[in-house]
Amino acid sequence: MELFGLYNYWAFAVVLMTGFYAVITKGNLIKKLIGLSIFQSAVFLLYITMDKVDGGTAPIVQKGVTDQVFSNPLPQVLILTAIVVGISTTALGLAIVVRIKESYGTIEEHEIQNLDHYS
Amino acid sequence: MVILFAVFLLTLLVLTAVAIVRTENLFVAVMLTGIFSLLMAANFFVLDAADVALTEAAIGAGITTVLFLGALALTAEHEKSVSAGRWLSMGVVVVTTLILVYATFDKPRLGDPEAPVHLHVAPWYLEETPELIGIPNVVTAILGSFRGYDTLGELFVIFTACIGVLFLLSGPRGQHLPPDDMALSSTAHGLRHHLIPKVVGRLLIPFIVLFGFYVQFHGEYGPGGGFQAGAIVAAGIILYALLEGEAQALKAVPRSVLMGMVIGGAMLYGAVGIAGIALGGNFLDYSVLADNPVKGQQFGILVIELGVGITVCGALLSIFHAFAAREPV
Repeated sequence: MELFGLYNYWAFAVVLMTGFYAVITKGNLIKKLIGLSIFQSAVFLLYITMDKVDGGTAPIVQKGVTDQVFSNPLPQVLILTAIVVGISTTALGLAIVVRIKESYGTIEEHEIQNLDHYS
Repeated sequence: MVILFAVFLLTLLVLTAVAIVRTENLFVAVMLTGIFSLLMAANFFVLDAADVALTEAAIGAGITTVLFLGALALTAEHEKSVSAGRWLSMGVVVVTTLILVYATFDKPRLGDPEAPVHLHVAPWYLEETPELIGIPNVVTAILGSFRGYDTLGELFVIFTACIGVLFLLSGPRGQHLPPDDMALSSTAHGLRHHLIPKVVGRLLIPFIVLFGFYVQFHGEYGPGGGFQAGAIVAAGIILYALLEGEAQALKAVPRSVLMGMVIGGAMLYGAVGIAGIALGGNFLDYSVLADNPVKGQQFGILVIELGVGITVCGALLSIFHAFAAREPV
């Protein structure tokens, strides 16, 4: 089982870079935003991975139960709020994409650059 | 056993991420993001983060998908493939992944109780919460009280993002149509003529909203709180809008009420902070709100969680309506 001790971090690295690949390679602005939210989710995974303690449980104190091991509540608080802020900023990005589509008639990056270049 | 399950979930997560990036049909990509979020929520749950799992399931799998679909309806469903620079970026990504994996060999193993992150301030929170705040859920205690400033800041980020979306999307094209015209537009009818979604939806919506209220007011004792509750209630009302049409949903919860919720929730949170000053304490110091400091803390957390829930629900619904009301080009 020792072998799997770092598996979460490897999954984090791969998912992070998959999202990053979409951000830098894809020309479609919506696909870029999807890539960005995958990237963001990978960071959430990194934080939540760090909160786990062996034999621990969710940090909710039960009356009369002693000797309970709790996982770390702090990363959970940080990520809980970050998820909600993440959706708000993604929505703002999508709103900008919708306006770009209305002004340029396209959401492909190279077509937008061409239009800018020749006008 | 649990670790094998976790490895299985993480592998599925990686495969879903790759599939999302590979597909050129954006509709498929958005549907896969819903699955991605649900897998992520399951992973969070395996890692003992029940509150975060609830948030991710409500927001990631529910509301994000709807917003992306709303944006797709206004833009395009297919992306055009670009081949320039693909191999270069593939190389960059592979090399960076390998460097990151190399860096993980210095990380403490999963679940190591001696990891630096568990030795600093976290034990203090776990030890002092029952005494100082007296509520079982330590995550809610930190969110509402110990790190109350942080949460206030996050709430105003959501508020600002909502205002930004409304500014961007309520221009000339986003004008609310008069009711007669609205009846003609395609979004107005929703799925009203599809019997099965309508019946199932009508059965489910009251329970979704009820569950949202439970999560709101039970957040001190179990997983939950304002952020999750706001998202769940918003999801219930969005489902109503999808089934019965946008006009019907706006009749139930008009735009003016939504704006009042966005502003009122944030102001309620701020007002609790000011009340702390007025009663002789510090900003967002709830101890002075009642005769007994512990009671004061509990009361303060209850009220600010309510403020958070109202603002999150109002903001998500306003954003949804902003996308839904806009006419496609």
